[in-house]
Amino acid sequence: MSFSATLSRELLLAWRRPAEIINPLFFFVMVVALFPLGVSPRPELLATLAPGVVWVAALLAVLLSVDGLFRADHECGALEQLLTAPQSLYIPVLAKLVAHWILTGLPLVLMAPLLGYMLHLSEPAIAVLFVAVLLGTPTLIALGAIGAALTVSLRSGGILLSLLVLPLYVPVLVFGAGVVTYAANGLPVSGVLALLAAMMLASFVLAPAAVAAGLRISSGN
Amino acid sequence: MIWSTLTRWYHQLGSPRYFYRFSDVVLPWLWPLALLVTATGLIWGLAFAPEDYQQGNSYRIIFIHVPAASGALLGYVAMGVAGLVNLVWRMKMAEVMIKAIAPFGALLAAIALITGAIWGKPTWGTYWEWDARLTSMLILFFLYLGVMALINAIPDPRQAGRAAGLLSLVGVINVVIVKYSVEWWHSLHQGSTLKLVGKSSMPPEMLTPLLISMLGIYLLFAVSVLWRARAELLWRERKSAWVKELH
Repeated sequence: MSFSATLSRELLLAWRRPAEIINPLFFFVMVVALFPLGVSPRPELLATLAPGVVWVAALLAVLLSVDGLFRADHECGALEQLLTAPQSLYIPVLAKLVAHWILTGLPLVLMAPLLGYMLHLSEPAIAVLFVAVLLGTPTLIALGAIGAALTVSLRSGGILLSLLVLPLYVPVLVFGAGVVTYAANGLPVSGVLALLAAMMLASFVLAPAAVAAGLRISSGN
Repeated sequence: MIWSTLTRWYHQLGSPRYFYRFSDVVLPWLWPLALLVTATGLIWGLAFAPEDYQQGNSYRIIFIHVPAASGALLGYVAMGVAGLVNLVWRMKMAEVMIKAIAPFGALLAAIALITGAIWGKPTWGTYWEWDARLTSMLILFFLYLGVMALINAIPDPRQAGRAAGLLSLVGVINVVIVKYSVEWWHSLHQGSTLKLVGKSSMPPEMLTPLLISMLGIYLLFAVSVLWRARAELLWRERKSAWVKELH
C-alpha cells in the first residue's frame, strides 16, 4: 500500500520536473567525454581505462543526484509527516530508493554500453559493463541515501555527503570495474557478477532501515 | 554473578557523572602506565630485538606500524559498537565516546600509512604501492575523516553524536567488505604474522616487544579517549548540577 503510493508519488513528481532526471545523465556522459580529451584518444589506452572511467563517472553522477533525495521533502514538510505517521518508515524509504533508481539509475545503465563503445571496449566487455552497472547502481543509490539522510538538514550537504559516502563506494567500484576488465581479457565473470548482485540485495534490504534511522536523527526526534 | 556485575558497570558508566568520577580515579595511574608500557615496547623493539636476517634493521618499523594499524582498526570497530549501543539505547555516553575515539583513531591510521610508506621504500622500492592493506588503511583513514567531518558539520551535539554513530555502524559493516574487495583486487602485502589462534610465525624475541608496544598503544588510546570524553562531558553538562559542584 504505502509502497505503491510513495512510488507513484515520486514518479509523478519527477515526471513534472523532467530536468532533474536528465541532469545526472548529462553529467555522466560529460565526465566520460572529458577523459579522451584529457588523456589521449588512442583506442587501446582508452579501452584499458574505460571500466574505471565509466564506473567513476557513474558513481559521481549517482552521488550528486542522491544529494537531493530527501531535501525537497524535508523543506516542504512532507518528511515530517512521514516521520510522524504510525507506519514504519522502512517501506516508504524503500519505495523512494526504487523510484530514484528508476529515475536516475536506469538512464545511466542504458547509457553505459554506448559510452563503453565510444571508449573502444570489446563487445563482450560492453555486455558485462551493462550487467555490472545494472547490478551496481542500486547499491550506490542505497548507500548514498544513508549519507543523504544524515545530511538532509545541513546547509552545506553536497561536499560533506561525498566525504561520507565515497569510501563506502569502494567495493562496488572495485568489483564493478574489475569484472569489466576480466571480460575484456576473456576471463570468467559470473562469480564477480554474483557478488555485485549479492551486494545489491543486501544493501536494498538493510539500507532502508539505516536511512530511516538517519532521517529520524536529522529531524531531531 | 559476573554478568550482573558487568551489566551494573555498564549502566553506571553510562551516566556522565559516574563516568567522570571513574576517569578521575583511573587516569592518574593509567597515563603513566601507558607511557611506560609504550616506551618499554618501543625501546626493546627498536634497540634490543634481534635483526631480521632478510630485512636487516628496516623491519623495526613494525614496532610502530603494526600497533598503530591494529589500534586504528580496533578504534573504528569500537566506534561502530558505540554507534549500535547509541542506536538501541540512545545512551549519551556512547555519543561522547564516538567523538572521543575518532581523532586518535584517525591519527593512528595516518601513522600506519606513513610508517608503511617509509618501510616500503627500502623493501618494495617505492613509498606508495596500491597494495591491498595499504589501500584499505587509506580508506579506513577516509572513513575516520568522514565521521569527524559529520560531527563538525552538525551544530547540535546530541544529533551530531547520533549521526556519527549511525555512520560508523554502516562503516564497520562496509570496512569488512572493503578489506576483502581490495584484497581480491591487488595484494602485495605480506600475510598476517600474528595469529590469535595457532602459532605465530615470529620468534619470541621479536614477538614479545611487539605485543608490549601494541598493549602500550591501546593504553595510550584509552588515555586519549578518557581525556577527550572528560572535556566533552564538561562542555555538554556545563549547566548540570554535578559540573557546577566541581569547583
